[in-house]
Amino acid sequence: MGGETLLEEVLKLVIKHKSRTKDVWRKVKGDIVLALCLTGIVLTLMSLAALLFDAFQEGLPWLDIQFLTSFASRRPEQAGILVALMGSIWVVGLTALISFPLGVGAALYLEEYAPQNRLTSFIRLNIANLAGVPSIVYGILGLGLFVEALALGRSILAGALTLSLLILPVIIIVSQEAIRSVPTADREGAYARGATRWQVTREIVVPQAFPGMLTGTILALSRAIGEAAPMIAIAALVYVPFTPTGPLDRFTVMPIQIFNWVNQPQSAFRGLAAAGILVLLAVLLGMNSIAIFIRNRYQKRGR
Amino acid sequence: MNNVKIDIQGLNVWFGSKHVIKDVNMKIKPNAVTAVMGPSGCGKTTLIRAIDRLNELIRGSKTTGEIYIDKESVYSKDTDIFELRRLVGMVFQKPNPFPKSIYENIAFGPKLHKMASGEELDAIVEKSLKGGALWDEVKDRLTDNAFNLSGGQQQRLCIARALAVEPDIILMDEPCSALDPAATAKVESLIRELAKNYTVIIVTHNLQQAARVSDFTAFMYVGQLVEYGSTNRVFEKPESELAEQYITGKFG
Repeated sequence: MGGETLLEEVLKLVIKHKSRTKDVWRKVKGDIVLALCLTGIVLTLMSLAALLFDAFQEGLPWLDIQFLTSFASRRPEQAGILVALMGSIWVVGLTALISFPLGVGAALYLEEYAPQNRLTSFIRLNIANLAGVPSIVYGILGLGLFVEALALGRSILAGALTLSLLILPVIIIVSQEAIRSVPTADREGAYARGATRWQVTREIVVPQAFPGMLTGTILALSRAIGEAAPMIAIAALVYVPFTPTGPLDRFTVMPIQIFNWVNQPQSAFRGLAAAGILVLLAVLLGMNSIAIFIRNRYQKRGR
Repeated sequence: MNNVKIDIQGLNVWFGSKHVIKDVNMKIKPNAVTAVMGPSGCGKTTLIRAIDRLNELIRGSKTTGEIYIDKESVYSKDTDIFELRRLVGMVFQKPNPFPKSIYENIAFGPKLHKMASGEELDAIVEKSLKGGALWDEVKDRLTDNAFNLSGGQQQRLCIARALAVEPDIILMDEPCSALDPAATAKVESLIRELAKNYTVIIVTHNLQQAARVSDFTAFMYVGQLVEYGSTNRVFEKPESELAEQYITGKFG
């Protein structure tokens, strides 16, 4: 039996060696993936940091009360972002008022009410497609439909309606996800108490889906506030000498103003553009913070 | 038989092309516990959900035949489905309290049906929680979120929630399958208590449970009602071979 034990021992050695190299390779594979992931995040953070550093370095000297409270001007030292800032706030506020109820309503209809047929799945598919349409296309649509056909002119309302069209698909899709995450058992429990569809929707579905809907909407609005292309189509690159007082006023928004400044030949305007970017970032950060704050509040209440 | 609470006649249910309930006829007695047994997928849950018309919430389902509660049709066009579901309470397999306070969970049904408000509503909540044998454990923390309760407490909350709208009939779909033995014992004694005032139908996998809590036992197999009679009779002298094999543990 000596031969057999020898064979066995050789086999054992081979297996041991094999499994050990396999172990090493496994570990190396893990390390490589980790390194790749780290590279990714470091590169992302570095480019963001570089961007911020650049904006702060160029923009900070220009960023003061005078900048925030002045109209645009041909002289850089007198120029400010007030009109564009107010314009952005007006447009985004109005966009929120239009798009949130419409988007949530559409999502509720699609998830809770619509029959499951070809038409519904066709609509769903197209909403997903609409989310991928370039924003300038919406700008042209808004120009033709709201500015001209509906004769709203280059007004805040026309801009808000255009941005609403732009972000509606995103709001609908995010809201649908939020609605779908409400457990079926909760719905059945309410139906079994004799609730109508609307009562189930109002009492069970909406309260639980609300934080998700709201977060999605505010994130979509932060995208809207940074959009330059459709706003240039609607508002045009013009000098607006007054702050808006109503939804039918002419307006300009921050991305347009920044774009405008970047295009000026004098180098001082680049500093203004950087300062404008800082203001835009601050507004974005503020909106996202509000989103997180509201979501946390509702989550505490909900669960 | 004039002593019939629920009369199921020629009931058939399909989910898509799947024939889940096949021509079931069954008369259910009032103020008693009727257990529905059978192996998984035999249609017992679908059967009791048919009484509450909950199957129609599932897309692609189809129901034929008729069910009468106190001689009134459940499936006719004029049936007030919301009143029907008030009359028939349902307790699900997994406790499914709403993400609201204990109080709001109970008050949910009465509020929907505009049955009461203010002190009257408080009284209903207290009465229902007592009916669910939960009052003593939660009376000092009615505003707590229902998710803070243990699994067994949650299930009794769901039973209390069903009682709050003053139903006649309580359907229970394996109410103890997610509970430990101690919690199960509590729910079982509660079921016995409920049978004094309500018609209770309980779906269960558990033979011992059926024997312990029920007055009548039905045995279902692949969508058909195979055996139905008093629990003593069904357990001691089953008429069908399938039921006998199931009861003696040869399959299931």
